Amino acid sequence: MTGQLVALLRNRISLIWFVLIAATLISWWIGTGDAANPQLGTAAVFVVVFIKVRLIGLYFMELRDAPLPLRLLFEGYCLIVCTTLLVMYLTAGVG
Amino acid sequence: MSTTVPRSSGTPGGSVPQDRHRRARHVPGEVGAWVFILGDLAAFALLFGVWMYYRGMEPRLFADSQAEVHRSFGAINTLLLLTSSLCVVTAVRAVRAQMHRLAQAAIGLALVCAVGFLLDKVLEWTDLVANGHGPTTNNYFLYFFVLTGLHAFHVLIGMGILIALVRLSGKPSLSEGQFSFVEGGACFWHMVDLIWVVLFALLYLMH
Repeated sequence: MTGQLVALLRNRISLIWFVLIAATLISWWIGTGDAANPQLGTAAVFVVVFIKVRLIGLYFMELRDAPLPLRLLFEGYCLIVCTTLLVMYLTAGVG
Repeated sequence: MSTTVPRSSGTPGGSVPQDRHRRARHVPGEVGAWVFILGDLAAFALLFGVWMYYRGMEPRLFADSQAEVHRSFGAINTLLLLTSSLCVVTAVRAVRAQMHRLAQAAIGLALVCAVGFLLDKVLEWTDLVANGHGPTTNNYFLYFFVLTGLHAFHVLIGMGILIALVRLSGKPSLSEGQFSFVEGGACFWHMVDLIWVVLFALLYLMH
């Protein structure tokens, strides 16, 4: 079974997982550090978060192989929610 | 009568599907499952907006309250859910390749991660309440407990689905409907992961 597991994990999905873990650790670092510009840091965290969301959708949920309408619905969701949250954050100012 | 599980790109005899062979376009799971998933995603998007609205109304209170929350709890939970998602993806690929025992083991590992998530969450809630930060303390903690509680409820539903998938993935052959349930159940679990990734940023990381 170990050989089968290694064969299954030797795949792009595992690389995506590594990227997601690395992005989480980077976001954690940006979010906890005393950044000179916290507003820019938070905006960067938002962008990284929605890149992660997109990777989860396309690779884990396999939406990259889904019919175009479903994929576009998901891509639109990522774009609209990310943009809306960023605009709300930037227009509200820093706490 | 069961039909053969639709294999994405593998060859008969349990070979491992390779990503370089792109699958024919298909909806992963049943269409009904996607109506539910997209509806849930829309509902959470609305809640993210509500959170941002109230944060904008009381930025100082939200910043001060957020300083009372330990980010490590949220970060560990993110790592646990991402790892559980990898396990679930591996399980679906194992089912396609007819590696049933491996599929069951992978889903079992995802369940262990899910239990770890809930334990972490309970520890965090207990710690906050013990330090005088309950849902009635202020708007930050009200929405903190509502959003994390609602998400934890989704984790519980997802765990129920994963338990059903353990049973299904052990079958020597699956009907197309059963395989759709496996794919749809896996997508629900990834949605739980996806929502947490956003919540982690909103509740713990924003400045």
